[in-house]
Amino acid sequence: MSSLGFHQVSVSYGRQVALHPFTDTVKPGEWLCLIGPNGAGKSTALRAVAGLARHEGTITVDGAPLAARSPRRRAALVAHVPQSPLMPDDMTGFEYVLLGRNPYVGYFASESRHDRAMVADVLDRLDLAVFADRRLGTLSGGEQQRLVIARAVAQEAPVLLLDEPTSALDIGHQQQALELVDRLRGEHGFTVVSAMHDLTLAGLYADRLTLLHQGSVVATGTAAQVLRAETLSEFYGVSVTVHHEPDGTVVVVPRRSSSE
Amino acid sequence: MLAAVVLLVASAALGAMVGPAGRISSANWHIIWNIRLPRVALAGIVGAMLSVAGASYQGVFRNPLVDPYLLGAAAGAGLGATLVFAFGRSTTLGWPVDPLPLAAFIGALVAVLVTYSVGASFGGSSLTLVLAGVAVAALCTAVQQFLLLRHSDVIKEVYSWISGRVSTATWSDVRLVLPYVVAASAVLLVHRRHLDVLRVGDEEAASLGTEVRRVRLVVVIAATLGTAAVVSVSGLIGFVGIMVPHVVRLAVSASYRYVLPLSIVVGAAFLILADIPGRLLDEGGETPIGVVTAFLGAPMFVIVLRSRRRLA
Repeated sequence: MSSLGFHQVSVSYGRQVALHPFTDTVKPGEWLCLIGPNGAGKSTALRAVAGLARHEGTITVDGAPLAARSPRRRAALVAHVPQSPLMPDDMTGFEYVLLGRNPYVGYFASESRHDRAMVADVLDRLDLAVFADRRLGTLSGGEQQRLVIARAVAQEAPVLLLDEPTSALDIGHQQQALELVDRLRGEHGFTVVSAMHDLTLAGLYADRLTLLHQGSVVATGTAAQVLRAETLSEFYGVSVTVHHEPDGTVVVVPRRSSSE
Repeated sequence: MLAAVVLLVASAALGAMVGPAGRISSANWHIIWNIRLPRVALAGIVGAMLSVAGASYQGVFRNPLVDPYLLGAAAGAGLGATLVFAFGRSTTLGWPVDPLPLAAFIGALVAVLVTYSVGASFGGSSLTLVLAGVAVAALCTAVQQFLLLRHSDVIKEVYSWISGRVSTATWSDVRLVLPYVVAASAVLLVHRRHLDVLRVGDEEAASLGTEVRRVRLVVVIAATLGTAAVVSVSGLIGFVGIMVPHVVRLAVSASYRYVLPLSIVVGAAFLILADIPGRLLDEGGETPIGVVTAFLGAPMFVIVLRSRRRLA
């Protein structure tokens, strides 16, 4: 298990500041969920960790700065599941998950027998073996999303970044995908940072929520601490009712603004 | 592989056995060894190189409609050759080194170099590279057309060169291009796994630990060097670089692990095959092989597409 540290991490696109200096430590095995309206900087923070957005400040895994790592070494520490992954129609499920082994294969080498056996094992454990020889173009959105998660598992990186992992899925597949991540977190000790729009689901699965607004942290804590009607109305501009179920689940329900 | 060997023998024999059947006379041996075989060898080498370069370009630019001429190699080579024709092909006949292939080679390399530096100065994404290639090709073509209007007497020669040919091949042509083709193909084959990673896009490939720009640069350099070398001796043979990789994709697999090596074999076989009708069709001269590849290739391609659709 590994910790992920942000030390004064900021990202700018030209003059536009997408993320103001952000400092946080995600504990080993913790699931942190970034929430906030569109453009709040959630994806940007994840992209900075994955090495896809140029940033100021330092990002560390187990205290060691990521910037000092080679791209391959970084990919062995951090797996990134993008918001809308590019799924080549004519690639098979096995070939796709095998891409997760890329950080471990030398420039001139090909995947070893171990890499292939490991991918077959991941497909087995995730109940995806039936898709090994299927082309991605013939799979549904939910099936594709599970393969993307399988690719991240095959990557064997202790830190898992999920950018809107459920936005394209129906409620059943949303639950399935998040349950899968939670199960894998238990089995592998992944440290998870996700960006999510569904506040109820975010509160249900994450240990801690951080609310971003215009690139700055405005609230952080447990679901009960962050998901409050007045906070959400201030930063999302919505009117919501927040229910607290007996089991501790926080449910956020939108309200019609004008009732006639 | 076996099919390629059979083709090689058949193609060498075709047209050579004009004398009485049975024993092969020494004159026939001369024809086979010095005229037919180098032609077959060159067709195979050119077909292999254009196909593997086309597949590689399609991989790094993630665009199935791309051919090895994308970044201006064809327009540059065409301009180089036109310059030689326009300033007097006849005066160069006595030169120790034939300037025609040299000019085509340099023209192709310079065009791609300009494209790459212009594209890289605007960020170096694959889209800016392609757009820079369009601009460079347009510029080369404009200069070429200007030259041709000024020297309209050489239009026929230039177009014959542009249409491509392997008919005048000699062993020295083969020796000239073979090192480039072997080196370029080896480098491209090394990158077949990287091309598979690039299929999920530049960003995801980068997050998986691939240095996208470096891979793209190395692949483009190798594919361009090989393409420029074969273009310099065979002219601009079109369609092979697009068609052959697609036939492999449709028939076997879209993974570059298969597409690259099989494109070499299928590309060689296809061009050797395409070289045969050109000799037989036209009594007086030769139909340029570039015309035959498109003429044969287009319907073949449609048939492969159709049969594949029925299977799927």
